Amino acid sequence: MVERQSPLEPEFHVGSHGNFEHGVEIILTETRPGSIVQLAAWPGEEKKLIAAIRAVTGLALPDGAGGGLSDGVKSVFGFAPGKFTVADEAEGLATAFAKVVTPAIGTITDLSHGRTTIRIAGPKAEWVLAKFFAIDFALPAFPVGAGRSTTHHDIFAQVQRTGADQFDIYVFRSFARSFWKALCHASEEVGYEVQ
Amino acid sequence: MLITCPYCGPRDVIEFTYQGDGNRERPDPASQNFEAWNAYVYDRLNPAGDHNEIWQHSGGCRAHLKVVRNTLTHEISSVAFVRGDHGRGDHGSAARRKAEDKA
Ligand SMILES: [Zn+2]
Repeated sequence: MVERQSPLEPEFHVGSHGNFEHGVEIILTETRPGSIVQLAAWPGEEKKLIAAIRAVTGLALPDGAGGGLSDGVKSVFGFAPGKFTVADEAEGLATAFAKVVTPAIGTITDLSHGRTTIRIAGPKAEWVLAKFFAIDFALPAFPVGAGRSTTHHDIFAQVQRTGADQFDIYVFRSFARSFWKALCHASEEVGYEVQ
Repeated sequence: MLITCPYCGPRDVIEFTYQGDGNRERPDPASQNFEAWNAYVYDRLNPAGDHNEIWQHSGGCRAHLKVVRNTLTHEISSVAFVRGDHGRGDHGSAARRKAEDKA
């Protein structure tokens, strides 16, 4: 198996940075999922696609726009009507979905090499992300497991809340290093640690 | 200006792209009715008040939306999926008929 290289590597400096004399309030990591896929149902086929997601991942999507969940290994969330992002620590998600998502149900797009996933955690995660994205990060408006499609500096990104103070951000791989650097700068004032 | 996307909720206007006047009715592509094509390309109601518009949530769920925006106040009184029922949108035709009935 060819080892996948991280686009963040030249700017990925493990350790504490910024204003951390009084402790770090942000932890930044790259989660490096083995597979990332996007699934889209044809109109009227959404329920079959949701059943396929359950069959492949074991995750039962909650109702509602942007609903999702994560078991720490696999994650899924809705990002548009009838469309879902699924990530797994293991490789092979696209092959597994190809067996159950027939052309009559919808489409599978393998983005494993096209997206980079950055995790931001800590008591100031909402504060730092609010500098990038014009969306409501408060827990009642953005519950654990839910996903959001939005933009930073006119560049598209997807955000899933995977904990009360933890978010996984899916960015274009080619923009990932730029976003990472910006995220580090935005975290400096509260003190951050790269793990 | 905030637009409340039926999927994503209230979002800043920077996430949206204006796709044009929602009152236009596109003739059948095979149509050779030049007056209908001329009307589609050039005629606009240009109201001072509520206006039917098509917007795309390009920086979000990417759905196309039919929006009613007041051209005097920017107040948005309605937002819906163009293909909410997975059928053809009827955004333009009803408003145009209403305007034509008045004329
Ligand atoms: Zn939207």
